[in-house]
Amino acid sequence: MYQSILVILPHPDDECFGLSGTLAKYISQGAKVTYGCLTLGQMGRNMGSAPYNSRVALPSVRKKELEESCRAIGIQDLRLMGFHDKTIEFEDRELLDGAIEDLIREVKPDVIYTFYPDYAVHPDHDATGAAVVRVVERMPKGERPPVLCMAFARDLESSIGNPDVFEDVKDFLKPKIASILSHRTQFQVPGLDGANSHKSKELQERFGTERFWTYPFGG
Amino acid sequence: MQPIDTADVQRRIHEFIDQDIYVHMEMTTGAYTSHHDTTKHPAANFISNAVIRFSLGSISGIGPYRVGLKMGKGWIYTEGLTHYDAAEEDRLLMSGHDGTGKLVVALQLSREPF
Repeated sequence: MYQSILVILPHPDDECFGLSGTLAKYISQGAKVTYGCLTLGQMGRNMGSAPYNSRVALPSVRKKELEESCRAIGIQDLRLMGFHDKTIEFEDRELLDGAIEDLIREVKPDVIYTFYPDYAVHPDHDATGAAVVRVVERMPKGERPPVLCMAFARDLESSIGNPDVFEDVKDFLKPKIASILSHRTQFQVPGLDGANSHKSKELQERFGTERFWTYPFGG
Repeated sequence: MQPIDTADVQRRIHEFIDQDIYVHMEMTTGAYTSHHDTTKHPAANFISNAVIRFSLGSISGIGPYRVGLKMGKGWIYTEGLTHYDAAEEDRLLMSGHDGTGKLVVALQLSREPF
């Protein structure tokens, strides 16, 4: 059981497929979640169908989608960190690491969820995970919260092995599906929007387990 | 043009930091894209001899490479770079070429207009 959970991800929607069920589960048991979302995904290509969103409108549209997703999951504390989409790997490390370190010091999390550096496909994902790992690595060994990572690169098991944390979220598919549906400019998943979709066997199979790798810090 | 040597490109990017410089950047799918394949959407853009100034810049990736330059109020970003001209000492000419050698994307920096 976690009291305080910190989530650090680069894009609105990064939480929905791999993590939202786990968060909803711990929130139902009393956890407080702070979600530091580094960018507004302002360079995304999916602009939604009608009504058409301009490049300029996209960040505010995605911000609203993210707020809706957080409400669906029950996340109490959303922090928009103000970095620019696609630039995390190029950002001033002192600025980036400092912002993450400030958040960790403030929240004092029991656990941090992020992406596994080098195994999360998108450069922003990898750079976000790498920044979290750098910051936590600098903390004294006894004070480091566990860092649980999402990863989905091809053939990753041969490098980092199998996930070691499995969360059964079948009872939390309703908030999870609502989280996915919140990001309506980004995803159109057939069969998700029915009133009873969370009870479907197929969706329980597909979305019912969330998997994480505990980051192996050295000494 | 030679395949990108990231250490050499990184050194050259550093030499342009905190100065007014000229940038040429472009990307194109080719003017004949939809003629050859009607499902493809032809698109292109370029900006030539815009004056910029950046305070931070780097190249990353394992190839094709990405470059990000942080300016006072925004970013310059290019993905898909494969080649650069190592013989050019004063200018940094980078481009990305597809499997047939055609140019897809370019990012060039110079102290003099192109």
